[in-house]
Amino acid sequence: MINEKEITCIICPISCKISVRIDGKRLEVCKGNKCKKGIDYARSEALDPRRMLTSSVLVKNGEWPLVSVKGSEPIPKDKIFQVLKQIKQIKVDAPVKLGQNIIKNVSNTEINIIATKSVKRM
Amino acid sequence: MVEQGSLKMINLDVDVTVIGAGPAGLAAAISARENGAGEVIVLDRNSWLGGILPQCIHDGFGVEEIGTSMTGPEYADMYIKNAEKLGVTFFYETMVLQLFKNHEIIAVNKKGLHKIKAKSIVLAMGCREKTRWDVLIPGERPSGIYTAGVAQGFINLYNIMVGKNVVILGSGDVGLIVARRLRFEGANVKGVIEILPYASGLPRNVVQCLDDYNIPLYLNHTVAYIKGRERLESITIAQVDEKMEIIYGTEKEIKCDTLLLSLGLIPENELSKQVGIEIDTITGGPVVDQFFETTVKGIFACGNCLQVYDTVDILSIGAKQVGKNAAKYAVGETHEKIGFVKVTAGKGIRYVLPQQINKSGKVHFYLRVEQPKKTAVLRVFSGDVELLKKKLPWANPANMIEFDFNVSEKVLKSNKPLEVTIDDQ
Repeated sequence: MINEKEITCIICPISCKISVRIDGKRLEVCKGNKCKKGIDYARSEALDPRRMLTSSVLVKNGEWPLVSVKGSEPIPKDKIFQVLKQIKQIKVDAPVKLGQNIIKNVSNTEINIIATKSVKRM
Repeated sequence: MVEQGSLKMINLDVDVTVIGAGPAGLAAAISARENGAGEVIVLDRNSWLGGILPQCIHDGFGVEEIGTSMTGPEYADMYIKNAEKLGVTFFYETMVLQLFKNHEIIAVNKKGLHKIKAKSIVLAMGCREKTRWDVLIPGERPSGIYTAGVAQGFINLYNIMVGKNVVILGSGDVGLIVARRLRFEGANVKGVIEILPYASGLPRNVVQCLDDYNIPLYLNHTVAYIKGRERLESITIAQVDEKMEIIYGTEKEIKCDTLLLSLGLIPENELSKQVGIEIDTITGGPVVDQFFETTVKGIFACGNCLQVYDTVDILSIGAKQVGKNAAKYAVGETHEKIGFVKVTAGKGIRYVLPQQINKSGKVHFYLRVEQPKKTAVLRVFSGDVELLKKKLPWANPANMIEFDFNVSEKVLKSNKPLEVTIDDQ
Protein backbone atom coordinates (compact mmCIF):
# COMPACT_ATOMS: atom_id res chain seq x y z
CA MET A 1 0.00 0.00 0.00
CA ILE A 2 1.33 3.38 -0.94
CA ASN A 3 0.77 6.08 1.58
CA GLU A 4 1.55 9.74 0.96
CA LYS A 5 1.75 12.29 3.70
CA GLU A 6 3.12 15.66 4.66
CA ILE A 7 5.41 15.84 7.66
CA THR A 8 6.30 19.07 9.44
CA CYS A 9 10.00 18.90 10.20
CA ILE A 10 10.81 19.79 13.82
CA ILE A 11 14.61 19.75 13.62
CA CYS A 12 14.85 23.53 13.50
CA PRO A 13 12.45 26.48 13.65
CA ILE A 14 12.14 26.72 9.85
CA SER A 15 9.64 23.85 10.16
CA CYS A 16 9.81 22.61 6.54
CA LYS A 17 6.77 20.76 5.28
CA ILE A 18 8.18 17.59 3.74
CA SER A 19 6.10 15.38 1.47
CA VAL A 20 6.87 11.68 1.74
CA ARG A 21 5.63 8.56 0.02
CA ILE A 22 5.69 5.37 2.07
CA ASP A 23 5.54 2.00 0.33
CA GLY A 24 5.70 -0.61 3.09
CA LYS A 25 9.09 -0.06 4.70
CA ARG A 26 10.34 1.95 1.73
CA LEU A 27 10.19 5.68 2.00
CA GLU A 28 10.69 8.31 -0.61
CA VAL A 29 11.10 11.97 0.24
CA CYS A 30 9.41 13.94 -2.47
CA LYS A 31 9.93 17.61 -1.73
CA GLY A 32 9.93 20.38 0.84
CA ASN A 33 13.07 19.74 2.87
CA LYS A 34 15.59 22.57 2.93
CA CYS A 35 18.42 20.48 4.34
CA LYS A 36 19.64 16.90 4.63
CA LYS A 37 18.55 16.62 8.25
CA GLY A 38 14.97 16.92 6.99
CA ILE A 39 15.29 13.67 5.02
CA ASP A 40 16.45 11.76 8.11
CA TYR A 41 13.70 13.31 10.19
CA ALA A 42 10.98 12.53 7.65
CA ARG A 43 12.17 8.93 7.42
CA SER A 44 12.20 8.40 11.17
CA GLU A 45 8.91 10.25 11.65
CA ALA A 46 7.18 8.07 9.09
CA LEU A 47 8.69 4.74 10.12
CA ASP A 48 9.80 5.07 13.76
CA PRO A 49 8.58 8.31 15.37
CA ARG A 50 10.75 9.53 18.25
CA ARG A 51 10.91 12.65 20.38
CA MET A 52 13.53 14.30 22.51
CA LEU A 53 12.10 14.06 25.99
CA THR A 54 12.88 16.58 28.68
CA SER A 55 11.50 16.74 32.20
CA SER A 56 12.74 17.27 35.74
CA VAL A 57 13.72 15.12 38.69
CA LEU A 58 13.32 15.87 42.41
CA VAL A 59 16.49 16.86 44.27
CA LYS A 60 17.20 16.39 47.97
CA ASN A 61 19.32 19.00 49.78
CA GLY A 62 19.82 21.10 46.67
CA GLU A 63 19.85 24.85 46.06
CA TRP A 64 16.91 24.07 43.73
CA PRO A 65 14.17 21.47 44.42
CA LEU A 66 14.45 20.12 40.87
CA VAL A 67 17.07 19.29 38.29
CA SER A 68 16.19 19.40 34.60
CA VAL A 69 16.86 16.19 32.66
CA LYS A 70 16.75 14.83 29.11
CA GLY A 71 16.97 11.53 27.29
CA SER A 72 20.44 10.80 25.90
CA GLU A 73 18.67 9.94 22.60
CA PRO A 74 15.21 10.61 21.18
CA ILE A 75 12.65 8.29 22.79
CA PRO A 76 10.08 6.22 20.85
CA LYS A 77 6.88 8.26 20.87
CA ASP A 78 4.78 5.42 22.27
CA LYS A 79 7.09 5.06 25.30
CA ILE A 80 7.03 8.70 26.42
CA PHE A 81 4.51 8.34 29.24
CA GLN A 82 6.12 5.13 30.47
CA VAL A 83 9.48 6.94 30.70
CA LEU A 84 7.89 9.97 32.40
CA LYS A 85 6.39 7.68 35.04
CA GLN A 86 9.82 6.30 35.88
CA ILE A 87 11.33 9.82 35.95
CA LYS A 88 8.70 10.87 38.51
CA GLN A 89 9.60 8.08 40.92
CA ILE A 90 13.26 9.16 41.23
CA LYS A 91 14.80 11.49 43.79
CA VAL A 92 18.49 12.38 43.61
CA ASP A 93 20.76 13.78 46.28
CA ALA A 94 22.55 17.07 45.60
CA PRO A 95 25.07 17.95 44.31
CA VAL A 96 24.07 17.06 40.76
CA LYS A 97 26.40 17.75 37.86
CA LEU A 98 25.35 18.61 34.32
CA GLY A 99 25.70 15.46 32.22
CA GLN A 100 25.33 13.15 35.23
CA ASN A 101 23.49 9.89 34.58
CA ILE A 102 20.21 9.93 36.51
CA ILE A 103 18.53 6.78 35.15
CA LYS A 104 20.31 4.13 33.08
CA ASN A 105 18.40 2.24 30.37
CA VAL A 106 15.09 3.94 31.16
CA SER A 107 12.07 1.67 30.49
CA ASN A 108 14.41 -0.76 28.68
CA THR A 109 14.93 1.67 25.83
CA GLU A 110 18.75 1.57 26.16
CA ILE A 111 18.44 5.33 26.57
CA ASN A 112 19.75 7.11 29.66
CA ILE A 113 18.20 10.04 31.48
CA ILE A 114 20.86 12.67 32.13
CA ALA A 115 20.95 15.96 34.05
CA THR A 116 20.98 19.10 31.92
CA LYS A 117 21.90 21.40 34.80
CA SER A 118 24.16 21.44 37.85
CA VAL A 119 22.51 21.80 41.25
CA LYS A 120 24.71 22.67 44.23
CA ARG A 121 24.22 21.12 47.64
CA MET A 122 22.66 23.51 50.14
CA MET B 1 18.81 42.56 55.23
CA VAL B 2 21.09 45.55 55.19
CA GLU B 3 20.56 47.85 58.12
CA GLN B 4 19.75 51.41 57.40
CA GLY B 5 22.79 53.61 57.56
CA SER B 6 25.16 50.87 56.49
CA LEU B 7 24.58 51.56 52.78
CA LYS B 8 27.69 52.98 51.25
CA MET B 9 28.35 54.18 47.74
CA ILE B 10 30.68 51.86 45.86
CA ASN B 11 32.37 53.51 42.87
CA LEU B 12 33.36 51.51 39.81
CA ASP B 13 34.93 52.46 36.51
CA VAL B 14 34.65 49.93 33.68
CA ASP B 15 34.80 49.67 29.90
CA VAL B 16 31.44 48.03 29.24
CA THR B 17 28.43 47.53 31.51
CA VAL B 18 25.75 45.11 30.38
CA ILE B 19 22.34 45.36 32.04
CA GLY B 20 20.78 41.90 32.23
CA ALA B 21 22.46 38.47 32.38
CA GLY B 22 19.97 36.62 30.18
CA PRO B 23 21.07 35.11 26.87
CA ALA B 24 21.48 38.53 25.22
CA GLY B 25 23.53 39.99 28.07
CA LEU B 26 25.77 36.92 28.23
CA ALA B 27 26.41 36.92 24.47
CA ALA B 28 27.07 40.67 24.42
CA ALA B 29 29.46 40.50 27.39
CA ILE B 30 31.43 37.61 25.88
CA SER B 31 31.70 39.36 22.57
CA ALA B 32 32.75 42.64 24.21
CA ARG B 33 35.65 40.84 25.92
CA GLU B 34 36.59 39.04 22.70
CA ASN B 35 36.68 42.33 20.85
CA GLY B 36 39.06 44.25 23.02
CA ALA B 37 37.04 45.66 25.91
CA GLY B 38 38.91 45.67 29.22
CA GLU B 39 36.65 45.29 32.22
CA VAL B 40 33.17 44.04 31.32
CA ILE B 41 30.54 43.74 34.02
CA VAL B 42 27.03 42.32 33.85
CA LEU B 43 24.32 43.37 36.31
CA ASP B 44 21.28 41.17 36.97
CA ARG B 45 18.48 41.36 39.51
CA ASN B 46 18.18 37.56 39.78
CA SER B 47 20.32 35.28 41.95
CA TRP B 48 21.20 33.20 38.88
CA LEU B 49 22.56 33.77 35.37
CA GLY B 50 20.87 32.95 32.08
CA GLY B 51 17.58 34.79 32.64
CA ILE B 52 14.69 32.68 31.37
CA LEU B 53 16.93 29.83 30.06
CA PRO B 54 17.03 27.66 33.25
CA GLN B 55 13.24 27.26 33.15
CA CYS B 56 13.23 26.44 29.41
CA ILE B 57 14.11 22.79 30.00
CA HIS B 58 12.96 21.73 26.51
CA ASP B 59 15.51 21.27 23.76
CA GLY B 60 16.07 22.96 20.42
CA PHE B 61 18.47 25.67 21.52
CA GLY B 62 21.64 26.09 19.48
CA VAL B 63 20.47 24.40 16.27
CA GLU B 64 20.68 27.50 14.08
CA GLU B 65 23.68 28.94 15.88
CA ILE B 66 26.03 26.00 16.31
CA GLY B 67 24.25 23.05 14.76
CA THR B 68 23.64 21.14 18.01
CA SER B 69 20.35 20.89 19.85
CA MET B 70 20.61 21.71 23.53
CA THR B 71 18.18 22.35 26.37
CA GLY B 72 17.87 25.86 27.81
CA PRO B 73 19.94 25.10 30.95
CA GLU B 74 22.70 23.50 28.83
CA TYR B 75 22.75 26.46 26.45
CA ALA B 76 23.01 28.87 29.39
CA ASP B 77 25.80 26.80 30.95
CA MET B 78 27.83 26.97 27.72
CA TYR B 79 27.60 30.78 27.70
CA ILE B 80 28.23 31.19 31.43
CA LYS B 81 31.38 29.01 31.30
CA ASN B 82 32.65 30.99 28.32
CA ALA B 83 31.96 34.32 30.02
CA GLU B 84 33.73 33.20 33.20
CA LYS B 85 36.72 32.00 31.18
CA LEU B 86 36.94 35.41 29.52
CA GLY B 87 36.88 37.20 32.87
CA VAL B 88 33.45 38.81 32.68
CA THR B 89 32.37 39.99 36.16
CA PHE B 90 28.81 39.29 37.30
CA PHE B 91 26.79 41.21 39.86
CA TYR B 92 23.90 39.09 41.15
CA GLU B 93 20.73 40.35 42.85
CA THR B 94 21.62 43.80 41.60
CA MET B 95 18.93 46.22 40.57
CA VAL B 96 19.71 49.14 38.28
CA LEU B 97 17.87 52.15 39.63
CA GLN B 98 18.95 54.84 37.25
CA LEU B 99 20.81 55.39 34.03
CA PHE B 100 22.35 58.68 32.91
CA LYS B 101 23.31 60.05 29.50
CA ASN B 102 26.95 60.31 30.63
CA HIS B 103 26.96 56.49 31.10
CA GLU B 104 26.69 56.58 34.87
CA ILE B 105 24.61 53.81 36.40
CA ILE B 106 23.18 53.75 39.89
CA ALA B 107 22.55 50.18 41.03
CA VAL B 108 21.82 48.57 44.37
CA ASN B 109 22.46 45.17 45.92
CA LYS B 110 23.05 43.77 49.41
CA LYS B 111 26.55 45.28 49.49
CA GLY B 112 25.15 48.77 48.99
CA LEU B 113 24.67 51.41 46.35
CA HIS B 114 26.93 51.32 43.32
CA LYS B 115 27.87 54.18 41.06
CA ILE B 116 29.22 52.62 37.91
CA LYS B 117 30.88 54.68 35.21
CA ALA B 118 31.06 52.85 31.90
CA LYS B 119 32.58 53.85 28.57
CA SER B 120 29.69 52.10 26.87
CA ILE B 121 26.50 50.41 28.01
CA VAL B 122 24.60 47.47 26.56
CA LEU B 123 20.90 47.23 27.35
CA ALA B 124 19.81 43.59 27.63
CA MET B 125 16.84 43.78 30.00
CA GLY B 126 14.70 41.33 28.05
CA CYS B 127 10.94 41.44 28.12
CA ARG B 128 7.84 40.79 30.21
CA GLU B 129 4.74 38.78 29.45
CA LYS B 130 1.46 40.46 28.63
CA THR B 131 -1.17 39.93 31.29
CA ARG B 132 -4.96 39.73 31.46
CA TRP B 133 -4.99 43.52 31.87
CA ASP B 134 -3.13 44.12 28.59
CA VAL B 135 -5.97 42.50 26.66
CA LEU B 136 -8.83 43.28 29.07
CA ILE B 137 -10.57 39.92 29.39
CA PRO B 138 -13.97 40.49 31.00
CA GLY B 139 -15.25 38.63 34.00
CA GLU B 140 -14.55 37.91 37.62
CA ARG B 141 -11.18 37.97 39.33
CA PRO B 142 -10.51 34.52 40.76
CA SER B 143 -7.12 32.94 41.44
CA GLY B 144 -5.78 30.41 38.96
CA ILE B 145 -4.85 32.82 36.18
CA TYR B 146 -1.15 32.94 35.34
CA THR B 147 1.02 34.02 32.47
CA ALA B 148 2.49 30.98 30.71
CA GLY B 149 6.09 31.86 31.56
CA VAL B 150 5.32 32.27 35.25
CA ALA B 151 3.61 28.86 35.25
CA GLN B 152 6.64 27.41 33.44
CA GLY B 153 8.93 28.78 36.16
CA PHE B 154 6.73 27.38 38.94
CA ILE B 155 6.69 23.92 37.37
CA ASN B 156 10.30 23.68 36.14
CA LEU B 157 12.22 25.56 38.83
CA TYR B 158 10.15 25.44 42.02
CA ASN B 159 8.21 22.17 41.69
CA ILE B 160 4.86 23.93 42.09
CA MET B 161 2.00 22.57 40.00
CA VAL B 162 -0.36 25.31 38.85
CA GLY B 163 -3.59 23.35 38.34
CA LYS B 164 -5.42 20.24 37.13
CA ASN B 165 -7.73 21.37 34.33
CA VAL B 166 -6.02 23.97 32.26
CA VAL B 167 -6.91 26.17 29.29
CA ILE B 168 -4.27 28.25 27.53
CA LEU B 169 -5.08 31.53 25.81
CA GLY B 170 -2.64 32.40 23.05
CA SER B 171 -0.67 30.04 20.86
CA GLY B 172 2.74 31.67 21.30
CA ASP B 173 5.70 29.34 21.74
CA VAL B 174 5.76 29.58 25.53
CA GLY B 175 2.07 28.62 25.69
CA LEU B 176 2.57 25.62 23.42
CA ILE B 177 5.62 24.37 25.29
CA VAL B 178 3.89 24.79 28.63
CA ALA B 179 0.84 22.88 27.30
CA ARG B 180 3.03 19.84 26.69
CA ARG B 181 4.84 20.26 29.99
CA LEU B 182 1.52 20.35 31.89
CA ARG B 183 0.42 17.22 30.07
CA PHE B 184 3.68 15.52 31.11
CA GLU B 185 2.98 16.49 34.71
CA GLY B 186 -0.46 14.92 34.58
CA ALA B 187 -2.69 17.95 34.00
CA ASN B 188 -5.65 17.86 31.65
CA VAL B 189 -4.96 20.51 29.02
CA LYS B 190 -8.40 21.27 27.63
CA GLY B 191 -7.29 23.43 24.74
CA VAL B 192 -5.30 26.31 23.38
CA ILE B 193 -7.33 29.33 22.28
CA GLU B 194 -5.99 31.59 19.52
CA ILE B 195 -7.73 34.72 18.26
CA LEU B 196 -5.87 34.70 14.93
CA PRO B 197 -6.69 32.30 12.08
CA TYR B 198 -3.23 30.71 12.50
CA ALA B 199 -1.01 29.64 15.40
CA SER B 200 1.35 32.39 16.50
CA GLY B 201 4.05 29.98 17.70
CA LEU B 202 6.45 28.07 15.48
CA PRO B 203 4.87 25.26 13.44
CA ARG B 204 7.26 22.75 14.98
CA ASN B 205 5.87 23.56 18.41
CA VAL B 206 2.31 23.10 17.17
CA VAL B 207 3.32 19.63 15.96
CA GLN B 208 5.48 18.63 18.94
CA CYS B 209 3.41 20.10 21.73
CA LEU B 210 -0.23 19.98 20.62
CA ASP B 211 -0.71 17.49 17.74
CA ASP B 212 1.40 14.82 19.47
CA TYR B 213 -0.88 14.85 22.52
CA ASN B 214 -4.20 15.61 20.83
CA ILE B 215 -4.53 18.97 22.55
CA PRO B 216 -7.17 20.96 20.62
CA LEU B 217 -6.23 24.29 19.08
CA TYR B 218 -9.19 26.67 18.72
CA LEU B 219 -8.30 29.17 15.99
CA ASN B 220 -10.40 32.34 15.54
CA HIS B 221 -11.48 32.05 19.18
CA THR B 222 -11.01 34.13 22.29
CA VAL B 223 -11.93 34.07 25.96
CA ALA B 224 -15.14 36.06 26.39
CA TYR B 225 -15.67 35.62 30.11
CA ILE B 226 -13.84 34.44 33.23
CA LYS B 227 -15.96 32.92 36.02
CA GLY B 228 -15.02 32.01 39.59
CA ARG B 229 -15.48 33.32 43.11
CA GLU B 230 -12.28 32.15 44.82
CA ARG B 231 -10.63 29.82 42.32
CA LEU B 232 -11.30 29.88 38.58
CA GLU B 233 -14.38 27.76 37.81
CA SER B 234 -14.85 28.14 34.07
CA ILE B 235 -14.11 30.28 31.08
CA THR B 236 -16.38 31.05 28.16
CA ILE B 237 -14.78 30.93 24.75
CA ALA B 238 -16.32 32.37 21.61
CA GLN B 239 -15.53 32.53 17.93
CA VAL B 240 -14.42 35.84 16.43
CA ASP B 241 -14.96 37.37 12.99
CA GLU B 242 -12.36 38.96 10.67
CA LYS B 243 -12.44 42.10 12.79
CA MET B 244 -11.70 39.94 15.84
CA GLU B 245 -15.11 40.74 17.29
CA ILE B 246 -17.03 38.05 19.12
CA ILE B 247 -19.71 36.29 17.08
CA TYR B 248 -22.73 36.06 19.36
CA GLY B 249 -24.23 32.62 19.71
CA THR B 250 -20.86 30.82 19.40
CA GLU B 251 -20.10 30.97 23.14
CA LYS B 252 -19.03 27.75 24.81
CA GLU B 253 -18.29 27.30 28.51
CA ILE B 254 -15.24 25.24 29.48
CA LYS B 255 -14.88 24.11 33.08
CA CYS B 256 -11.31 24.63 34.27
CA ASP B 257 -9.36 25.65 37.38
CA THR B 258 -6.47 27.29 35.59
CA LEU B 259 -6.09 29.72 32.72
CA LEU B 260 -2.64 30.40 31.30
CA LEU B 261 -2.01 33.46 29.20
CA SER B 262 0.48 33.34 26.34
CA LEU B 263 -0.35 36.67 24.78
CA GLY B 264 3.04 37.89 23.69
CA LEU B 265 5.92 39.78 25.17
CA ILE B 266 6.61 43.43 25.94
CA PRO B 267 10.22 44.64 25.77
CA GLU B 268 11.26 45.99 29.14
CA ASN B 269 12.52 49.54 28.65
CA GLU B 270 11.78 51.56 31.77
CA LEU B 271 15.50 52.37 32.07
CA SER B 272 15.78 53.24 28.38
CA LYS B 273 12.83 55.64 28.61
CA GLN B 274 14.18 57.18 31.79
CA VAL B 275 17.47 58.13 30.13
CA GLY B 276 15.62 59.61 27.14
CA ILE B 277 16.22 56.91 24.53
CA GLU B 278 13.70 57.11 21.70
CA ILE B 279 11.40 54.06 21.67
CA ASP B 280 9.84 52.53 18.55
CA THR B 281 6.11 52.28 19.28
CA ILE B 282 5.75 49.10 17.21
CA THR B 283 8.72 47.05 18.49
CA GLY B 284 8.47 48.51 21.98
CA GLY B 285 12.27 48.67 21.93
CA PRO B 286 14.80 51.45 21.38
CA VAL B 287 15.25 53.06 17.97
CA VAL B 288 18.71 51.95 16.82
CA ASP B 289 21.14 52.49 13.96
CA GLN B 290 23.05 49.79 12.07
CA PHE B 291 25.45 49.44 15.02
CA PHE B 292 22.51 48.92 17.40
CA GLU B 293 23.42 52.18 19.07
CA THR B 294 20.33 53.85 20.55
CA THR B 295 19.54 57.54 20.25
CA VAL B 296 21.78 58.13 23.30
CA LYS B 297 25.46 57.99 22.32
CA GLY B 298 27.38 54.96 23.57
CA ILE B 299 24.27 53.11 24.79
CA PHE B 300 23.53 50.01 22.73
CA ALA B 301 20.57 47.64 22.82
CA CYS B 302 20.26 43.90 22.13
CA GLY B 303 18.06 40.91 22.78
CA ASN B 304 14.38 40.98 23.60
CA CYS B 305 14.43 44.52 24.99
CA LEU B 306 15.31 45.63 21.44
CA GLN B 307 12.81 43.43 19.61
CA VAL B 308 11.15 40.14 20.49
CA TYR B 309 13.15 37.41 18.71
CA ASP B 310 11.81 34.07 17.46
CA THR B 311 14.64 32.01 18.89
CA VAL B 312 17.48 32.43 21.34
CA ASP B 313 19.94 31.45 18.58
CA ILE B 314 19.12 34.44 16.39
CA LEU B 315 19.01 36.66 19.46
CA SER B 316 22.51 35.56 20.55
CA ILE B 317 23.99 36.04 17.08
CA GLY B 318 22.63 39.60 17.09
CA ALA B 319 23.74 40.30 20.68
CA LYS B 320 27.32 39.23 19.86
CA GLN B 321 27.41 41.87 17.14
CA VAL B 322 26.13 44.44 19.64
CA GLY B 323 28.75 43.45 22.24
CA LYS B 324 31.45 43.94 19.61
CA ASN B 325 30.13 47.39 18.71
CA ALA B 326 29.99 48.39 22.39
CA ALA B 327 33.60 47.19 22.88
CA LYS B 328 34.78 49.23 19.88
CA TYR B 329 33.04 52.29 21.24
CA ALA B 330 34.61 51.72 24.68
CA VAL B 331 38.13 51.57 23.26
CA GLY B 332 37.56 54.68 21.16
CA GLU B 333 37.05 53.11 17.73
CA THR B 334 33.86 54.99 17.06
CA HIS B 335 32.42 55.05 13.59
CA GLU B 336 32.20 58.21 11.62
CA LYS B 337 28.62 59.14 10.82
CA ILE B 338 28.45 60.36 7.25
CA GLY B 339 24.74 60.90 6.73
CA PHE B 340 21.33 60.03 8.07
CA VAL B 341 18.39 58.20 6.60
CA LYS B 342 15.38 56.77 8.33
CA VAL B 343 14.22 53.25 7.50
CA THR B 344 10.44 52.94 7.28
CA ALA B 345 8.07 49.97 7.29
CA GLY B 346 6.07 50.18 4.08
CA LYS B 347 3.31 48.00 2.66
CA GLY B 348 2.91 44.63 4.39
CA ILE B 349 5.66 45.27 6.94
CA ARG B 350 4.95 45.53 10.66
CA TYR B 351 8.38 46.82 11.59
CA VAL B 352 11.90 46.97 10.32
CA LEU B 353 15.20 47.27 12.18
CA PRO B 354 17.50 49.25 12.27
CA GLN B 355 15.26 52.29 12.14
CA GLN B 356 18.04 54.60 11.02
CA ILE B 357 21.32 54.40 9.09
CA ASN B 358 24.22 56.80 9.32
CA LYS B 359 27.08 55.01 7.58
CA SER B 360 27.31 53.46 4.14
CA GLY B 361 28.08 49.77 3.70
CA LYS B 362 26.42 46.44 4.35
CA VAL B 363 23.51 46.64 6.77
CA HIS B 364 21.79 43.63 8.34
CA PHE B 365 18.03 44.20 8.48
CA TYR B 366 15.40 42.45 10.59
CA LEU B 367 11.71 42.69 9.82
CA ARG B 368 8.35 41.19 10.54
CA VAL B 369 5.46 41.01 8.07
CA GLU B 370 1.85 41.84 8.93
CA GLN B 371 0.12 38.85 7.32
CA PRO B 372 1.12 35.31 6.33
CA LYS B 373 2.01 35.05 2.61
CA LYS B 374 2.48 31.95 0.45
CA THR B 375 4.62 33.87 -2.01
CA ALA B 376 6.41 37.05 -1.12
CA VAL B 377 8.62 39.67 -2.74
CA LEU B 378 10.66 41.98 -0.59
CA ARG B 379 11.60 45.41 -1.92
CA VAL B 380 13.72 48.31 -0.73
CA PHE B 381 13.08 51.79 -2.08
CA SER B 382 14.87 55.09 -1.75
CA GLY B 383 12.16 57.55 -2.66
CA ASP B 384 10.68 56.11 -5.92
CA VAL B 385 13.81 54.18 -6.84
CA GLU B 386 13.73 50.44 -6.30
CA LEU B 387 17.11 49.38 -4.89
CA LEU B 388 16.42 45.76 -4.03
CA LYS B 389 13.93 43.12 -5.13
CA LYS B 390 14.13 39.76 -3.44
CA LYS B 391 11.86 36.74 -3.76
CA LEU B 392 11.10 34.86 -0.55
CA PRO B 393 9.73 31.31 -0.45
CA TRP B 394 7.04 32.42 2.04
CA ALA B 395 6.48 34.96 4.79
CA ASN B 396 4.88 34.55 8.19
CA PRO B 397 4.48 37.03 11.07
CA ALA B 398 5.80 34.35 13.47
CA ASN B 399 9.08 34.13 11.56
CA MET B 400 11.37 37.15 11.61
CA ILE B 401 12.92 37.86 8.22
CA GLU B 402 16.57 38.92 7.95
CA PHE B 403 18.39 40.26 4.92
CA ASP B 404 21.58 42.11 4.07
CA PHE B 405 21.60 45.16 1.91
CA ASN B 406 24.40 47.43 0.85
CA VAL B 407 23.52 51.06 1.57
CA SER B 408 25.48 53.32 -0.77
CA GLU B 409 26.88 56.71 0.12
CA LYS B 410 24.58 58.23 -2.50
CA VAL B 411 21.48 56.76 -0.84
CA LEU B 412 22.72 57.88 2.55
CA LYS B 413 23.29 61.45 1.42
CA SER B 414 19.97 61.65 -0.47
CA ASN B 415 18.11 62.25 2.83
CA LYS B 416 15.26 60.17 1.42
CA PRO B 417 14.00 57.48 3.80
CA LEU B 418 14.60 53.84 2.88
CA GLU B 419 11.25 52.13 2.56
CA VAL B 420 10.93 48.36 2.91
CA THR B 421 7.83 46.65 1.50
CA ILE B 422 6.53 43.14 1.01
CA ASP B 423 4.03 42.08 -1.64
CA ASP B 424 2.64 38.87 -3.15
CA GLN B 425 4.70 39.48 -6.28
